[in-house]
Amino acid sequence: MHSIHDQIHADVTTHSVVLYMKGTSQVPQCGFSAVIVQILNTLNAPFKDVNVLADADIRQGIKDYSNWPTIPQLYVKGEFIGGCDIVREMYQAGELKKLLVEKGVV
Amino acid sequence: MPMPRLEVESMLRDAFPDADIHLEDLAGDNDHYKVTVVSSAFLGKTRVQQHQMVYQALLGKMGSDLHALALKTEIRPQN
Repeated sequence: MHSIHDQIHADVTTHSVVLYMKGTSQVPQCGFSAVIVQILNTLNAPFKDVNVLADADIRQGIKDYSNWPTIPQLYVKGEFIGGCDIVREMYQAGELKKLLVEKGVV
Repeated sequence: MPMPRLEVESMLRDAFPDADIHLEDLAGDNDHYKVTVVSSAFLGKTRVQQHQMVYQALLGKMGSDLHALALKTEIRPQN
C-alpha cells in the first residue's frame, strides 16, 4: 500500500539529507527555506530538496509525519532535525556541522 | 488570520506558568511574532520537543491562524 507517509519515510531514509521547503534549492520561495539552503551550502552538505508547493499532499503530509506545523523541515539520515530557527541555532553553535560530520554527510 | 498579541501571550502563559515569555510583533501586523520562552518545563527535552511543546500550547493555531513565529526556547535552571 502506498501512502504519503510511506513516501516521505522512503525519501528521508533513502537520502542522507532532505530539505522539505517552499521552492527549490535553486529558487527558494520563502525566506525561512532560503536560510536553511544557504546554511547547507555553506557547510558543503549535499541534500535533496522537496518543493512542497508542488504537491499539496506532501505539504500536509510532512507536517503530520513530524508533528511539526511549519515548512521548512530538515531531515538527516531519517531523523527530523528541526525548522529554520533550530537549524540556524545549531549552525551558529557549530552543532549542525558536528552532526553532519558524525553522520558522515560531510 | 492574525492573532492578537495578548491572546498568544495568554495561551503560552497558561501552558508554561513558570516561564519568562518575551513576545515581539516583528511586522506590527499581529501575524509575524518572535517569541522567547524560558521555562523549567523544557528540562530534558530536545530542541524539537521544546518547540513542539510551544506549538502544542498554541493549540494548532501555528501554521493556520499564525503565519510566522520565530521561536527560541531556553531551559530555566532549577534553583
